Amino acid sequence: MSSRADEARPVGTRDDAGADRPARKSPRATGVRNVRAHTYPYWFYAPAGVVYGLIFLVPTVISFYFAFTRWTLFESEFIGLDNFRQFFSEQALVSGLRNTLVYAVVTSGLKVVLGMLLAVLLTGPIRSRGLMRSVIFFPVLVSTVAVGITFSVLLQPDVGVISTVLAKIGITAPDWLGDPSTALLSVALVDVWKGVGLATLIYIAGILAIPKDYYEAVDVDGGGAWTKFRNVTVPLSRPATFTVILLSLIGGLRSFDLIWTMTGGGPGFSSDVIASIIYKTYQAGFFGLSTAGNVVLFILVTLIVYPLSRYFNSREVES
Amino acid sequence: MRAVRRTSLEVVALVVAAVVFVVPFIFMFLTASKNESESADLTFSLPTEWRILDNIKDVFDARDSILVTAFRNSLILTVVSVTILVVVCAMVGYVIQRRPGRVANIANALVLSGLIIPPAVVPTIWVLQQLHVFKTLPGLILVEVAFNMAFCVLLFRAFVAAIPRELDEAAMIDGCTGLSLFFRVIFPLLRPVTITVILTSSVFVFNDFVNPLYFLPGDENATVQLTLYNFLSQFNTQYNLLFMNIVLVTVPPLVLFIFFNRKIVAGMTSGAVKG
Repeated sequence: MSSRADEARPVGTRDDAGADRPARKSPRATGVRNVRAHTYPYWFYAPAGVVYGLIFLVPTVISFYFAFTRWTLFESEFIGLDNFRQFFSEQALVSGLRNTLVYAVVTSGLKVVLGMLLAVLLTGPIRSRGLMRSVIFFPVLVSTVAVGITFSVLLQPDVGVISTVLAKIGITAPDWLGDPSTALLSVALVDVWKGVGLATLIYIAGILAIPKDYYEAVDVDGGGAWTKFRNVTVPLSRPATFTVILLSLIGGLRSFDLIWTMTGGGPGFSSDVIASIIYKTYQAGFFGLSTAGNVVLFILVTLIVYPLSRYFNSREVES
Repeated sequence: MRAVRRTSLEVVALVVAAVVFVVPFIFMFLTASKNESESADLTFSLPTEWRILDNIKDVFDARDSILVTAFRNSLILTVVSVTILVVVCAMVGYVIQRRPGRVANIANALVLSGLIIPPAVVPTIWVLQQLHVFKTLPGLILVEVAFNMAFCVLLFRAFVAAIPRELDEAAMIDGCTGLSLFFRVIFPLLRPVTITVILTSSVFVFNDFVNPLYFLPGDENATVQLTLYNFLSQFNTQYNLLFMNIVLVTVPPLVLFIFFNRKIVAGMTSGAVKG
């Protein structure tokens, strides 16, 4: 059965080739273009384009209209800048904006520093480094909800495992998630725990690409490990640093699931970020306000990530 | 002397790293094996009686076996989304790489936007409602396809660049064009990157929490991540079952990771570096 289908096919394609033949006789330029159109047809974009257009582009574009409305999903009333005014006048929402920035900067900063240190450690002459790389990377693949729940149990005040261990070595642990001043940072630390594996692997790839000659040159000059790290590893793994910063900023600015499972934005509004405000306002039925939050997030991400990636690209061309 | 100090420093660092990254997983497993009252202590200790199988059975039986439905939904969601992603993104990655020009530039810009721009939530719900697929599995599948597309195209595009054009030309001379050239000549050659795309996007889709939360709310057709989140409030005394649920959603990625470690790592880092 299947072999017959295979036999049938070349006939069809032979017909296609016949149809192509006149094109080849025509002037070369149009001939090439025809061949390209046949071989790499633009309609290959269509299936992906339809889904992407409908489900991603259209909502993104119309969000810029609905952000200026009072919206029930069935009808909308244009109210100008009111949503944004509300967004920037309510204390809770303003602190959400600040928290988003703090969260993104803290997580990406820590991922850069810890990722690089772990990568240096794991490219060194250590046994079991393959296993260690896997161990550090695996949390990246674990569901965020699972990580969030596990750590909110581990971080329980007094009875939690982490507080108990710290108490044994004489440190009084704070009420990680229950104290407004530590809640956001505690979630950020868990985010780093989960994500540092990817940063480490990106750095490992970067460090392994550094030619050995540079390190040998430092040896010849009598420099030690610190010189190698400071003057070879750090500057030459700059592309990896750029990648890690961009990736973790993009992820950190829109981060929602970990915060939502660990604190729900609380206590109070102390760990609310824009993404959790979008969810809360959506749940409360303020669809226009929620969409305005989305527009704010869009602008924030674009304002930070776009110039940064332009700058990083120009630096990479230089070096 | 200095060398000794350096290696001992490394050993300490490694031990600390191992403890930090492994202990939470051991804690999950131990708590998931305990009985109800022991698990409520939240301590890091061996269970007095191992109740692994009983807890698995209990967690599946809980609340009218909602977890069975959830696993079925997550499986359908993951398999269908990833299949669609592989086919449509391979086609895009191929043409985008082979036919540079204005159209390809626009497509590349859209791919980049897809990586950076956070999706607009309520407008997406509105569009899904217009299409009559809001709160349905097909609707969520469309969402997962749309939101994971940019990353997959990126992986395919990079791989197509490594396939010599001479192959296309040889196939063209044999009379292969368009679809048949792609699916009979190119697509089989994309196998390595296809496997990478399948693995990485399966993990993303299976672990996704935000999109099911918005676009497939409600208990009766929840995915595993949503069920887990809902258990958090409903099982507030049964930590053993909560953690058994956590272990169960952690096992699929763990199995994939054990068998395809290199592929997954390659996919995650190359996609990242190119982006």
